[in-house]
Amino acid sequence: MMRRRTLGDREDVLGALMLGPSLAYVLLLVGVPFVLAIVLSFSNATAGSLSFGWAGFRNYAAILTDPIFRVALRNTVIVTAASQALVLVLATAAAQVFRATFRGKRLARFILLLPWAVPVSLAAIAWTWIFDSTFSVINWTLRAAGLLHGWLYWLGDPTLALLAIIIVQAWRIFPFATVIVLAGLSSIPPELLEAAIVDGAGFWRRLFQVELPLLAPVVSVAVLFGVAYTATDLGVVYILTGGGPANATHVLPTLAFQRGILGADLGQGAAIAVFLLPFLIAAAIAILRLARSAEVGAR
Amino acid sequence: MTRRRVRAAARRAALYAAGLAFAVFAGFPFYWMLVTAFKQNRDLYVGATDLSHVPWIFNDPPTLDHMRLLLGQTDFPRWVANTLLVVAAVVLITVVVAVPAGYSLARLAGRWGTRLGIGIFFTYFIPPTLLFVPFSRLVSLLGLQNSLGSLVLIYPTMTIPFCTWLVMGFVRSVPWEIEEQAMIDGYSRLGVIVRVAPRLIIPGILTVVVFTFTLVMQEFVYSLTFISSVDKMTVSLGVPVALVRGDVYHWGALMGAALMTSIPIAIVYNQFVDRFIQGFTMGAVKG
Repeated sequence: MMRRRTLGDREDVLGALMLGPSLAYVLLLVGVPFVLAIVLSFSNATAGSLSFGWAGFRNYAAILTDPIFRVALRNTVIVTAASQALVLVLATAAAQVFRATFRGKRLARFILLLPWAVPVSLAAIAWTWIFDSTFSVINWTLRAAGLLHGWLYWLGDPTLALLAIIIVQAWRIFPFATVIVLAGLSSIPPELLEAAIVDGAGFWRRLFQVELPLLAPVVSVAVLFGVAYTATDLGVVYILTGGGPANATHVLPTLAFQRGILGADLGQGAAIAVFLLPFLIAAAIAILRLARSAEVGAR
Repeated sequence: MTRRRVRAAARRAALYAAGLAFAVFAGFPFYWMLVTAFKQNRDLYVGATDLSHVPWIFNDPPTLDHMRLLLGQTDFPRWVANTLLVVAAVVLITVVVAVPAGYSLARLAGRWGTRLGIGIFFTYFIPPTLLFVPFSRLVSLLGLQNSLGSLVLIYPTMTIPFCTWLVMGFVRSVPWEIEEQAMIDGYSRLGVIVRVAPRLIIPGILTVVVFTFTLVMQEFVYSLTFISSVDKMTVSLGVPVALVRGDVYHWGALMGAALMTSIPIAIVYNQFVDRFIQGFTMGAVKG
């Protein structure tokens, strides 16, 4: 005997009702602000008043001729590229270690994941203490090992400060990348590796000629995520150097914060942040493509 | 034969050495937090030029002074309470909004489900550093500046897209037969959703709760943008920004706070990391 169909059986109605709130939230509080972020970059809006005037390309003209902005853009590219190159090497190597079984692996894996799991601001404040100008444990260790005779002012020297930022970003992202590469490794059919062993391929040959080519898509996912996370990160630079010394280590997010929020010039802050878009679009397109090809490959 | 055994032993040793090296690189800042949090000041503040004083170990007996300062004379307990309040509110909003949406995309939306899901998921990539400028305007328009309400309003923009996607993937992995059987047994479609489906997707809901909890604990950009008074801060903002009194860094208390906050998050996160990774990579990587 069939029960009478009611409104509670209409899949289209139920589906719309259940999806509605999520879709509305995303449209109103991500979609609209996203458009507003771009609109604001063409306006002369300030935080103090609600007036809103069209400024054309004035904000862009102002920042493009601003040497501090150029340094921030350059730093964003350098920090992102250098830290992700480090991540690539560290994660591939760490995955080779952590695919093996050994005593204490669970604990080692927990420790490995710490940098990724903890709040970035708390990790950054710990690193600020590690790089302290007077008490730096790194300097002590280097001197005790006889590798350093002078003194390194980690966060006081523009080059060293940039290096410190790169180290912290790589430290923060490589555990995440390692887990991704590990998952990729476990999806390589064991027969392929066995065949390579039978053919007499040694460890390095297997690594470079069999595994790494097969891993390339997964590794690139890891790196692209790393690019998106690093380029848009505010916390590390804000806490480590605050953009100093003398504005030499600003990146786009810290400069956008300084101009847009602290300086109350919303228009210019928005224009600076818009320069993050290319990093994100590139990452998003590449990830979508990879996911598609993985889907096709799985069929 | 012995030569092969020697080589195997050497390989084993290399493996342990490499594993140790990675753990040391990843874990060293946390060891440093631990040592700093419990050292006496005269053991802590010895310039690094003094090579006879080894900073890596306790040269004097450990002390609880910094912890007493942190828990008794700073706003840290207040920040913990603020953070837990925001966590509770954001978890509630996220579960109520994202779980039904994920279910709807997986089971009710038909072939549009996946496309809409990908669209929603991609908004997760729009970073706080792009949105904080328009949000600062929105928050002041709503009169929410310098209140925890601003965080409760804005944090779901980071959790809902990813969690909707996560639940959609999870519901897809649950066999349809149980729900189908319930409908044959006389439940309406709505009855299945209300009475049968929630039990089946409890692990998915738990993943949403954990993701939201860790994300709220980690968030720094929006709280830095919206919150200015010290008594309204969350832990991840207050510790690095407001525990510094004037120019004096109380490094012992600071590192104690960082350690106490980090470890619980890491323990919870560790249990769920494979599921998060599978979600982040849109299934391109299976954990």
